[in-house]
Amino acid sequence: MPERRVVVASKVGLHARPAAMLARTAAEQSVKVTIRKEGGQPVEAASVLGLMTLGAMHGDEVVLTAEGEGAETALEAVAALIATDLDAS
Amino acid sequence: MSGTRLSGVGVSPGRASGPVVRVAEPLPEPPATPAPADQAAEAARIRPAAELVAERLRERAAAADGEARAVLETTAAMAADPALIAQSEQLVAARALPAARAVHEAAAGFATALEAAGGYLAERVRDVHDVRDRLVAELLGLTPPGVPELTGPSVLVARDLAPADTAGLDPAKVLALVTEEGGPTSHTAILARALGIPAVVACRGLLALDAVDGLVVDGEAGTVEVVAGPVAVLAATAGDEPTWSGEGRTSDGRRVKLLANVGSAEDAAAGAAAGAEGVGLFRTEFCYLSATAEPSVAAQRVAYAEVLAPFAGRPVVVRTLDAGADKPLAFLNTEVEPNPALGVRGLRLSRAAVGVLDRQLEAVAAAAEDSGADVSVMAPMVSTAEEAAWFADRARAAGVARVGVMIEVPAAALSAREVLAAVDFVSLGTNDLAQYVFAADRQVGGVAELNDPWQPALLRLVALVGAAATELGRPMGVCGEAAADPALACVLVGLGATSLSMNAAALPRVGARLAATSLDQCQDAARAATAAGDRGTARTAVRAVLG
Repeated sequence: MPERRVVVASKVGLHARPAAMLARTAAEQSVKVTIRKEGGQPVEAASVLGLMTLGAMHGDEVVLTAEGEGAETALEAVAALIATDLDAS
Repeated sequence: MSGTRLSGVGVSPGRASGPVVRVAEPLPEPPATPAPADQAAEAARIRPAAELVAERLRERAAAADGEARAVLETTAAMAADPALIAQSEQLVAARALPAARAVHEAAAGFATALEAAGGYLAERVRDVHDVRDRLVAELLGLTPPGVPELTGPSVLVARDLAPADTAGLDPAKVLALVTEEGGPTSHTAILARALGIPAVVACRGLLALDAVDGLVVDGEAGTVEVVAGPVAVLAATAGDEPTWSGEGRTSDGRRVKLLANVGSAEDAAAGAAAGAEGVGLFRTEFCYLSATAEPSVAAQRVAYAEVLAPFAGRPVVVRTLDAGADKPLAFLNTEVEPNPALGVRGLRLSRAAVGVLDRQLEAVAAAAEDSGADVSVMAPMVSTAEEAAWFADRARAAGVARVGVMIEVPAAALSAREVLAAVDFVSLGTNDLAQYVFAADRQVGGVAELNDPWQPALLRLVALVGAAATELGRPMGVCGEAAADPALACVLVGLGATSLSMNAAALPRVGARLAATSLDQCQDAARAATAAGDRGTARTAVRAVLG
């Protein structure tokens, strides 16, 4: 299954506003994207609640997975967002 | 009913009147029975309800801006959360639950997971509950809890107000706040002062009144009067926002520095914009609250320098970490205590975790140099002169030139002379000092009257500290909510305060009032307030002196 590893750039981690922005982008993709911390349970990237329970902080590495047609594009879009400091904008 | 008069604790001055809007009460827990006759149809109700709730929140977000907008957008995203909807639908199918109950339980799962994730997530749990309540209300056909959308200028009436209730509030439409519970340091009081509108809290009997058309609110006297029929809309500020020179002074020229209380870079920018002469209380907790590990010295240095930057060349008092069992930090391993307010908190915790304090002091000293602000540090929850001396040694060793302590424990006030001899200045935290003098929890509405900063017993204790400070020629600041009340600010100056630190929004009022009052009048007001038998008499007597 296509996978992507990316480090969280947002200073506040993946909660509050950054989580909402990420969830929106994930929901726009043609395939379902999941996200997990190394060794943790995967959650749906389109779920802002799921993202918050993930507890991913600034500097944590997260693993993204997606499957099917358009998986690479979806991973690319979601990974790019995680690698941006979403709280700075 | 007309003419009925209730009294509570006035926490933000001014007089306003207008139609009443009642903030809806929390919803009861939705029952798990009866099982729906058609589970598929019941489950199918959830998604449209969620989308409707999310759409309403998005509309409100579009009409708001800044922080309020971000909060509402996030809440909207939670309401339409695919995982929440999917789990709720599954619960209807798997356990034959009514839709509202299923949403309630699915949300509880997320809330539990957030609670388990760590200390700072408590606020997010509140957001989950807020979304849950909106969905449940929609499914049950009830009024969602919280502040309804205001169609015109209104007096808001509530049991108590939480930050989440007021995040999307349009300040231009709120004339006054009145709550049945809450105290002088509650969110309601702080919000009202920030908005410059009158507020009365701990107004017993308020919610028992039914079908009230309008209210007249007097935030100075702490009274609320019921008006039947159409009520005239009267806004307290009515364009009379006072102006002040930007330099705190009595009418006869006694300097009193007027400073801002800040807890973030945004607060600091707001404080500087409001004309604060400096910062009398910089709460450093923000730097730690979202951290699972202690932030590095380098990270703290950057965070502090951002707050200090707008005050280059001006005084800033940095309070060292005020954590403890009621404000737990994941990396400090604090134990659960039966009485957190009386436990290992503030400086007591710093003495148990000296490394954390030393690293913070190092970061503060470095940030002071980076920013060019004139930085002092002070310790919270100091009880004895020995503790004060211990802290002063540590801070000076870290390179901070000017060191003080908070006076918020009665023992420290009673030892003011000895405490002052060990440090360069003291700052009175009147909120906690009141809580400890009256043995009255700040967060309990039922004891709010005891926490009223107009209580003569509290003011007598302030007088004791003021006398010691004046005698030793050391500065005494006040950084509690009391300093934001213009009349009380004059009393505090009369009691010996040399600086007053408050929410930035309160500065113009306090500055203007002080500029119109002589030091003699302040001292007369102080004598009248401390001689009074009760808080009501103290207020009346001070009003008579100040005119």
